[in-house]
Parts: sequence; structure tokens; C-alpha cells
Amino acid sequence: MTARPATRAEEVRERTRRERILRAILPFAALAIGILVWDLVVRINDLPPYVLPSPGLVFRTLIADWGLLWASLVVTLTTTFEALLLAFVGGVALAIAFNRSRLVEYSFYPYAVILQVTPVVAIAPLLLIYLPQQAAVLACAWIVAFFPVLANTTLGLNSVDRNLAELFRLYGASGWQVLRDLKLPAALPYMLGGLKIAGGLSLIGAVVAEIAAGSAGAGSGLAFRIAESGYRLNIPRMFAALLLLSVAGVVIFAALSLVSHLILRRWHESASGEG
Amino acid sequence: MEAASARSPIVSLHGVGKTFPNGVTALRDATFSVREHEFVSLLGPSGCGKSTALRIIAGLLDPSSGDVIWRDGTAPDGSKGEIGFVFQEPTLMPWASVAGNVHLPLKLAGIDRTAAMPRIHEALRRVGLEAFAGAYPRELSGGMKMRVSIARALVTQPKLLLMDEPFAALDEITRFRLNNDLLSLWASMRQTAIFVTHSVFESVYLSSRIIVMTPRPGRVHSEIVVDAPYPRTESFRTSPEYAALCRKVSEALVAAMAREGVP
Repeated sequence: MTARPATRAEEVRERTRRERILRAILPFAALAIGILVWDLVVRINDLPPYVLPSPGLVFRTLIADWGLLWASLVVTLTTTFEALLLAFVGGVALAIAFNRSRLVEYSFYPYAVILQVTPVVAIAPLLLIYLPQQAAVLACAWIVAFFPVLANTTLGLNSVDRNLAELFRLYGASGWQVLRDLKLPAALPYMLGGLKIAGGLSLIGAVVAEIAAGSAGAGSGLAFRIAESGYRLNIPRMFAALLLLSVAGVVIFAALSLVSHLILRRWHESASGEG
Repeated sequence: MEAASARSPIVSLHGVGKTFPNGVTALRDATFSVREHEFVSLLGPSGCGKSTALRIIAGLLDPSSGDVIWRDGTAPDGSKGEIGFVFQEPTLMPWASVAGNVHLPLKLAGIDRTAAMPRIHEALRRVGLEAFAGAYPRELSGGMKMRVSIARALVTQPKLLLMDEPFAALDEITRFRLNNDLLSLWASMRQTAIFVTHSVFESVYLSSRIIVMTPRPGRVHSEIVVDAPYPRTESFRTSPEYAALCRKVSEALVAAMAREGVP
């Protein structure tokens, strides 16, 4: 009698286990097939490396040029993390200022939006004229990255439970107490969501600015390497640098997701595991 | 127990009305008073302004007309923890542990966690949750969350305990248990309690006096004294006396409903 539900439960567990394995394996399987097809296309058509390098050649270039590419990656990542940090601090600070004063919000919010909707590629050349190159690259990355933090934090600060706010008022909480003990914790999941978006965007901002600065020459970030390799028709190195950039983006996203999960896992629904 | 009427009112509402900026008149000409150590229920249909009256007493809303008169001349000070408020929802901070949530009123008064710990544990012991101090709200059932909410309201040992339909969202079994627990808490702490509810049975079981209110705009229709002695237990809930009182209060509520639309 009890055997039936037990087997059914086992069946369900077995099915979810199989699904989890598939979810882990399939992306890699697709990747392997993609690389295989790429390799075959190069071999069958006998394509020269300056048209399309084979995956093997890209990998060999990555190893051969590792010293150069690694140094460039460090430059780009440094810019990215500096921009991300400044975007987080700036976005949260601005959101708090907006939240505390309607006057400030009405005065400056439109400009935050304008800064966001103007393509950064178009701003970068101007910034490169007015700022030293390193600062200009950082500013570009910051401009793209700060808005999601600002928008999300603003949303979070305004999504405080009304009854909790009344409770704080009942107990005579000061403005600072309301901010520290109620609004900021309530906004935390939103902030972390904004940070996750900002992580990817600050990498994009840094790359765009490096490309724009490329002709100025002094930079040595990964994007600069890509542009430079392009001029020299060193296509394998372009691919290798591109690969590094993608991996860096994925790692940044995964790291920020992990941070968010660790901070929220005790209390927020978004971080609750199924089992 | 001495007769409730022998004591002076701790708070009196005289012709209190509240009209919100959107034009809704939630409360009109409400006049009633609450004496020290009483357990008073405000009973009425949803939207009769009973929650509004409670919020006015708590000082969270200002009345549009009429006066709220306190015995001591000044309203109790929420920042000194003289008022405890329990909302319809548990209204807990999801990011804080049970102990952290109960700590809140003391924290806002500048008492740090270490110094507050004995009082936090005492409040949690009273609601039977001392083993859950480290748990987070989402790990608790609805009834347990409500207990935490009550512990938070009690941790400052307020003179006045205000409750806004605290058990309305709970199942009946949980609600009966919390009714019993609330009564024994009240019996041991003896603060004045004002309890908003739309349940006739709950109001009769808990209160020493019931104020029946009319639908919007809410005004006081009648007052019914529940003279059954405390402590009240499950045997009171099944007694003919309880049934008779429930019928009387139900009839008053029906009569109050019939006054709908009367200005």
C-alpha cells in the first residue's frame, strides 16, 4: 500500500535528478558541437587563419600570448572593478539623496536618465579629450554601470512595507534609524540585483572606452589588444582576447550572483533553494 | 475583580471624525472611552473605520474633527515604548531573526542587543517561542509569526496594547489558541487592550466590553458589557452564557448594519 506513493516520490526525484544533470551537461555539449563544427568548417574549406582561425589555433595563441593577454586582462578588470565599486557607491548614495529629498530627485533624476540613454560610445571621444585616458575609461564604465544601481535602489527604498514604516514612526524612530534599520535592508535585494546588472555593464563600458581610446595608444587593456590585433590582422589573438573577455564577464556575473545569494539566503525568497 | 466602570477612562474619544484627503469619510462622530486594564473590542464590518480609530489612538493619524482626551493630559509616548501595536499582518522584518525583530522597539530607543537580551527572551518566553530566537520569519508558520509580532509589542511592557485584527488571516484552530494565549498574557500583564475585530465570537470571548460600530462612515452604535469573569477558558467558549452573549452582540451588529447610509 505504501509502495505506490514511495515509488512515485522516487520517480519524481529521479526525474528532477536527471533534469538537473541534463541542465549541467547540455550547455557543454552544445559548446563542444559548436567547436567541432567550427573546426570542420575551417578544415573542409581550408580557411587561412587571417579569415577564420581554427579553435585549436585560438587556444594555442591564448597559451602562447598568455603573458601579454593576462597583463591586458588585469588592466581591463581593474577598470571594471573600480567602475563597479564607484557605480555601487555612487548609485546607492544618489538613490538615498533622491529618497530623502524630493527636490534633489526632481532636479537630478532627468539628468541621470539622459546620461543613461546617451550611447556611451558617443560620449567616450569627448571624455577622452577632457580627461586623462585612464580617468576617461573609468568614467565611461561608471556612466554605464551606475544607472541600474540607482534605479534599482530607488525602487527598493520606495518599496518599504507600509505597516513597518508606521511601526518605526510609532516608536519615534529618527530619519537615520529609518534609513539604516528599515529602508536600506528592505532595498538590499534590489541593490544586489542592480549590482549584478552593473557588473556586466561596467565591463562593457570599460571595453567600449578602451576601443574608443584605442588610437590614442597609451592603453593596454584587452579591448585595446583586440583593436590592435585587428590592425595587424592577427585574427587568432583577437579571438583569444575575445574569449578571455567573455570568460571574465561570466565570472563577474557568477561571483556577484554568489555574493547576492550568500547575503540573502536566510531571508529573501529569491535566494531560497528548492531542496 | 472590581467593576470596570469604577475606574476613570485612560482615553476618551469625543466626536472624533476622520476624512481622508481622497474624500473618504472613514469615521464620523465617534465617542467612546476606554478605562485602565480594560479589554475593549471595536467590532464592525470591514471599512467601518475601526482601524482608523485605532490609528488615531496610537497617534499614527490625526483626527479631522473631535478630541482625543488622555487621562494624564498627554498621549502615551510611543518612543518610550508606552504603546504596543499589533498589525493585521505580522509585519516582521524578513532580514532580521526573531530576536532581532523583538529587539526593534528597544533598539529604536537606543538599547543595544546585549542589554536588551533578557527582555527579548522574556517576551519570547511569554509567547512560547524562546526556542526560535535565532530563526528567520520565513521559517515560521503564520501563527508563530503573529506570536513574534505580539512579543515585539509586549517587549517594552506598554501601558496600552493596540491590536488591529491581528488574527484575521489565521485559520480557526490557530486563532482559538492565540485567543487563549492572548488572554493569559493579558491576565498576567494587565495592560489596557483595544482590539479591533470583525468577528463576533472573538470579541465576546476576549473582551470585557464591546463597542459595536456602524458601516462607513463609522460611528458607535452600541456598547455591550461582557460580564463573564476572567480567566476564560475553552469551557467558556462552549457555555450557554457565551452563546447568549454572541447572539446579543450579533443582533447589535445586524442593527448597526441596518443603519447604513444614515448620516
